[in-house]
Amino acid sequence: MGVAPTTMEQLRPDHVNRAAMYRRAVFDSFLYLDPRATARNPVMFVVEVGAVLTTVLFVQALLGSGEAPIGFIGAVTFWLWLTVLFANFSQALAEGRGKARAEALRKTRKETQAKRLKGTAEEWGVSHKIDYELVASTSLCKRDLFLVESGDLIPADGEVVAGVALVDESAVTGESAPVIRESGGDRSAVTGGTRILSDWLVVRVTTDPGEGFLDRMIGLVEGARRQKTPNEIALTILLAAFTLVFLVVVSTLLPFSTYSVLTSGQGKPVSVTVLVALLVCLIPTTIGGLLPAIGIAGMERLIRRNVIAMSGRAVEAAGDVDVLLLDKTGTITLGDRQAVDFLPAPGVEVESLAEAAQLASLADETPEGRSIVELAKERFGLRGRPVGTGTPQSEEEQTARFIPFTAQTRMSGVDLEGRMVRKGAPDAIYNLVAGAGGSVPDALRAEVEEIARAGGTPLVVAADDRALGAIYLKDIVKGGLHDRFIHLRKMGITTIMITGDNPLTAAAIAAEAGVDDFLAEATPEAKLKLIREQQSGGRMVAMTGDGTNDAPALAQADVAVAMNTGTQPAREAANMVDLDSNPTKLIEIVEIGKQLLITRGSLTTFSLANDVSKYFAIVPAAFVAVYPQLNALNIMRLATPQSAILSAVIFNALIIIALVPVALRGVPYRPVGAARLLRDNLLIYGVGGLVAPFIGIKLIDLLLVALHLA
Amino acid sequence: MSGLDILEILIFLGLVLLLVKPLGGYIARVYQGQPTRLGRALGPVESRLYRVMGTSPDQEMGWKTYALAFLVVNLIGLLTVYALLRLQRLLPLNPQARGGVPPDLAFNTAVSFTTNTNWQSYSGESTLGYLAQMLGLTVQNFLSAASGMAVLVAFARALARHTSRTIGNFWVDLTRGVLYVLLPLSLAVAVVLVSQGAVQSFGSYRTATLVQSTVNAQGEQVAQQTIPAGPAASQVAIKQLGTNGGGFFGANSSHPFENPTPVSNMVELVSILLIAAALTYTFGRMVGDTRQGWAILIAMTALFVAVLSLNVWADTRPNPSLTPIGVTQAASPNQSGGNMEGKEVRFGAASSAAWAAATTAASNGSVSGMHDSLMPLAGMGAMLLMGLGEVVFGGVGSGLYGMLAFVIVAVFVAGLMVGRTPEYLGKKVESYEMKMASLVALIPPMAVLIGTAVAVAFLGPRDAVLNPGAHGFSEILYAFTSASNNNGSAFAGLGANTPFYNTALGIAMLVGRYWLAIPVLAIAGSLAAKKKAPSSAGTLPTHGPLFVGWLMAVVVIVGALSFFPVLALGPIVEQLMLH
Repeated sequence: MGVAPTTMEQLRPDHVNRAAMYRRAVFDSFLYLDPRATARNPVMFVVEVGAVLTTVLFVQALLGSGEAPIGFIGAVTFWLWLTVLFANFSQALAEGRGKARAEALRKTRKETQAKRLKGTAEEWGVSHKIDYELVASTSLCKRDLFLVESGDLIPADGEVVAGVALVDESAVTGESAPVIRESGGDRSAVTGGTRILSDWLVVRVTTDPGEGFLDRMIGLVEGARRQKTPNEIALTILLAAFTLVFLVVVSTLLPFSTYSVLTSGQGKPVSVTVLVALLVCLIPTTIGGLLPAIGIAGMERLIRRNVIAMSGRAVEAAGDVDVLLLDKTGTITLGDRQAVDFLPAPGVEVESLAEAAQLASLADETPEGRSIVELAKERFGLRGRPVGTGTPQSEEEQTARFIPFTAQTRMSGVDLEGRMVRKGAPDAIYNLVAGAGGSVPDALRAEVEEIARAGGTPLVVAADDRALGAIYLKDIVKGGLHDRFIHLRKMGITTIMITGDNPLTAAAIAAEAGVDDFLAEATPEAKLKLIREQQSGGRMVAMTGDGTNDAPALAQADVAVAMNTGTQPAREAANMVDLDSNPTKLIEIVEIGKQLLITRGSLTTFSLANDVSKYFAIVPAAFVAVYPQLNALNIMRLATPQSAILSAVIFNALIIIALVPVALRGVPYRPVGAARLLRDNLLIYGVGGLVAPFIGIKLIDLLLVALHLA
Repeated sequence: MSGLDILEILIFLGLVLLLVKPLGGYIARVYQGQPTRLGRALGPVESRLYRVMGTSPDQEMGWKTYALAFLVVNLIGLLTVYALLRLQRLLPLNPQARGGVPPDLAFNTAVSFTTNTNWQSYSGESTLGYLAQMLGLTVQNFLSAASGMAVLVAFARALARHTSRTIGNFWVDLTRGVLYVLLPLSLAVAVVLVSQGAVQSFGSYRTATLVQSTVNAQGEQVAQQTIPAGPAASQVAIKQLGTNGGGFFGANSSHPFENPTPVSNMVELVSILLIAAALTYTFGRMVGDTRQGWAILIAMTALFVAVLSLNVWADTRPNPSLTPIGVTQAASPNQSGGNMEGKEVRFGAASSAAWAAATTAASNGSVSGMHDSLMPLAGMGAMLLMGLGEVVFGGVGSGLYGMLAFVIVAVFVAGLMVGRTPEYLGKKVESYEMKMASLVALIPPMAVLIGTAVAVAFLGPRDAVLNPGAHGFSEILYAFTSASNNNGSAFAGLGANTPFYNTALGIAMLVGRYWLAIPVLAIAGSLAAKKKAPSSAGTLPTHGPLFVGWLMAVVVIVGALSFFPVLALGPIVEQLMLH
C-alpha cells in the first residue's frame, strides 16, 4: 500500500525518456541477433544466415584466399549485418514504448495487503459479520471475498457484493474524476490497482493471481504474449514462399553462371558473396523486417487511445467490421431526453397540464424529470417547489406521497391531497385512466402518435381518471455524428442503432442521426439474434456494451468493446475494453484495425516492387564479366560491378530504417472507398516502390564513387 | 509485317473473343446441369454412363474425394498409355509394325499425355502405331483436358457456394466435359480439317517415287519417299481444342497433313485459345458475376497481346545474322519476309510468330514453325508466356485455375492495402488459401530452375544441346519451362530423347500438373466451406480496370522476378549479341 498511482497520462511517450528508449532499442537489436529470435521471421532469418556466410568468406579472405576482393566482401558483410540490426531495431523500438509503459503499470501492481474475509461468500451473506485477516494480495484466489476501506488499494479484480464507494481508477484509465462502484447493477466491477477514496466495499475476487486486468494489460503492452494474428500468418506464408523461390533463383545461378563461363570461354563464375547480396536484395526484407514492428505499433496505437485489446486478432477483426451496432442512448444521442413541449388534451389548459407534469416530476431526479420541471418554470413561471429532499416546507407537501418510477408500472408521480397525479408511458397511463373509469380523448392519442413519429418520446400526464395531455420529450442527437456515419458508409460499414424505443421513435431518431438501420424495442435476446443473423450472412459485427445483459451479445459479436465502467461479465465477454468508456470510440478502433492491414499491404507491395530495380543493378554486375553485352541492362549506369552490388545492398538496408516511422505510425486510413484507397496506395507504394530504388541506388553509387569506396 | 499479317492476327483474336460468350455460356449450362440442345440428344447416353460408373449428379463430393477421383483417373490413364506403348509390338492396328517403346520414353510420353503437356521426345510417324496414337494418346487428350476443366468448375462452384462441404462430383464433371464440350467441338473441327485435306485414314504409309532423286545426310542417293498416313485429323482437332498440342506427326502443325491450308491454319489457331478463353465466361456465370470472368479475360488478353506483338515484331524483322550472307529478307509477293529460318513457307513469319505466342500462352505446345529458330526476343516471349505459369489463357481449365491462384495472391496484397482481411467474391482469403496459392504460383518456376540447373551441371545432359553458348542454355531452359508448365512445345536443338531428359522432364511435368491441381482443389474445399460475405463499399472490387492492372502486375512480377536472371543469360544476351 501507499504507492502513488501512476496514470496513463504519465505513461504517454512524451513522458518516457526518449533517449533511454532509443538506447535500449539499440541494445535489444543486438540481443535479437540470437537465431532463436530471428527464426520466427523467415525472411530475416535468411538474411542472418547470409550474413554469417559472408562473414565466413570474409575471414577466409583475411587468411589470403578470398573469392572476391576483401574490401568488397567486408563491405557486403557489414551491410548485411546492418540489415538484420535495422530490422531488429524497428521491432525493439516498437516494443520499447510498450515496455516503458508496462514498467510504470507494474509499479502500481506491487504487492499489497488484502483484507480477506473469513468464510465463504454464502456464509458471509448470511452473517454479514466483517471479520478479516490480512494476506498478501497475490494469495487471493477466485471467489475469495475481501474488504476495502477508504484509502485502500484494491488488491484484485472483482465484483462488488456489498457497499457503495468512490473509486479513483486513474491508474488504469487516466481519468482523474472518481467513479462510483456499488453492488448490483452495471457499476459493480472493480479493477485491481485502483484506489478507494471513500466508504467501503466488499468485493468477490473474479480472477486468479496473475490473470487480472492489470496483468493482462502489462502482458499486452509488453508484447510478451503477442501471438501472430491470422493475417500476419498468411502474409508470413506469402513472404516465406517468395523467400523460398528467390533462394532457388539465386542458388541455381551458380550452375548457370558456371555453364555460361564454360560455353562463352570468358569470365569466371559468380562469387558466393554476390549471390548472397542478390538474395538479400530480392527477398522481401523491407516488409519482413518491419512486420513485427507494424503489429506491435498497431496495438500500441490502440493503447494510446486507452483501449485494451485482449488479442491482436481482435484488432485485426476490427478492420473487417461490416456492421456496427450502436446503442442509441449515450452513443447516438446525449444520454438524456429533454422536455420540449406540453401538449394539452382538449379542454385542458396548458398551464394546468404543466403544473400537473411538474408536480409529478418533482421528486424525479432523472434528467428527464428535471427537464420537465425546468420547462414548466421557463414557460409558465411555475416555481418548482423543492420536495422530497430536505425539510418539508408546508403541510401540503407533508401529505404528499411520491411514487417512484419502476420498470413494472412504467410511471411515476405523486399522491397529494387525495389527488393522484401520474406521468408515464402512454399505454401505462391509458390503462390507469381506463381503470379509474375515465377515457382518453382520441385527439390526445393522435398527439401522442405524432410525437413518437417525429422521434420524440411522449409521456402522458393524468390526474385521477382524467388524461391531461402529453409531454414531448426529445432525444438530442450528438453533434458531428451525421458526418461520421457518412464516413462509415464510405468505409463500407453499415450502422445499426439499437434502442428500447418503439419503432416509430426509433425510425425518426435513426433518420435524424443518419444511421442505416435500427433495431427498436431491443431486448438482449433480440440483440443476440440480430448479431447471429448478420454473421450467418457472412458479415462481421462490432458492438459496444456495458451491462451484464449485454454480455451474451458481446460474446457473440466479432469485435466487442466493453466500457471500463461496465460490469465484470461484460468486460469478460468483450475482446476489448475502452478505459475512457466512450462508445463512439469503436469508430477509431475500426480505423486502427484497417490502418494495421493497410500498412502491411503497402509495405509488402513496396518491398516486391523494389526488386525490379535491384535486378537491374545486380544481374548485369554479376554477369558482365561473362557476357560484356549484358552491360546494356545496366540502365542506371552504375560505376562498377562492385559499386552496383554494394549500392543495392546499402539501399536495401537503409530503406528499412527509412520506413520505420511509417511502420510505427502506420499508413493513414482515409474513408474514401476501397477502389480509391487501392489506387492511391498502389500509386504511392507500388509505383513509388518501383521508382524510388532506381534513384536511391544511383545516388548511393554516386556517393560511393565520390568517396572512393568502390 | 504486312497489312495482311495484321489482318490475320486481328481476325484470329476477333474470332476467339467473339466466341467467348456463346461457348462460355454453353459450357456453364453444361456443368450446372441446365438443359441444352445437345443434352436432349445425348442425355440418355449420359445417364447410362452414370449407371455404369455407379454415380449420379446428386452424389456430391468433398474436395478430398474429388481430388482422389481426379488422381485415380489420371493414374489409370498413365498406366494404360505406358502399357500400350511398351506392348505396342503385340497390339493390332500397327501397320508399320512399330516396336515397343523403351521404358524411359514410354514413361515420359505417358506422363506427358496424362498431364495435358504433350511434350514429345519421339516422332509420331517413326515410333507409334495407330492404336497407341488413338487409344493411348487421343483418349488422354480428351481425359486430361476434361480433368483440367473439372478442377476449374469445382473451384468456381466452391466460390459460388455458402458454407458447403462439397464441390461437385468429379465423374459427372469429367463425363459432361468430354460428352458435351470436347467431343462435339472436336468432331466439328476434325470435319473442317478433313475438308481442307488433313489426313484421316487407317491405311499404311505410301511410298512415292521422287520426280528428282536427292542425296541424304549420309551421302546416299534417295529416289523414293515414304508418305505417312493415319487418323491424324481427329487427333489434331482435340490436340488444339484440349490445349494438348501433341502432333500426330513429328513436324506437328507445320506438317501439311495436319495443317494443309490457310483456312485450317486459322481454325487450328482459334481452337488453341477457344476453350481456355471461353472458360473465363463460364467461370463468371458459375460464380454469378460475369464481370469477374471478363476481368480475368481482359487481363489474359492484354498480357497475350503484349507478348504476341513482341513476337511478331521481332520475327518479321530481318535476322541480322542472315543479312551478311546476302539473304533477301524483305517482304515481296513471293515471300512474307522477316526471319524465315525455321518457318513453314506456306504460313510465313508473322503467322508463325503469332502461333508461337498462342501455343505457349495456352499451354498447347503444337507448333507451326520451329521455336528454336525464333529471334531471341520472340523465343523469350514464348518462354515468358510459359514461365508466367501458363496462366495467360493456359491449358483448358488449368490455365484459369492457375490464374485464379494469382488472383488470390493479388487479392491478398491488394485487400490488405484497403484495410480489410482480403476477400475474393465474398470469401475470406486466409493463411490456408495463401499456403496453397503460394504453391500454385511458385512451384512451376522452382521446377524450371532446379531442372535446368541440374541439366547444365552435368556433362551428359549439358552436351545434349546442339548449339553452344547462350542459345544452348536457352534450349535447356525452354525444355524445362515447357515441361514444368505442361506446355509441351519444344525449342528443338536439344537431343531430349535420353534417359536423363525423359525422366527429368517427366518428373517436371508431374510436379507442374499435380502440385498445382491438388492445392487448387484444397483451396476450393476451404473456400466452399466459408461464408460468402456480401460486398460493400469497403470491399475490394475485383472487376475494375485497377484490379485488372494489378493482377497483371502480380503475374508479371512473380514471373519476371523468377525468370529475369535466366532470361538474361539466355535470350537477352543472345539478342544483345546479335547486334
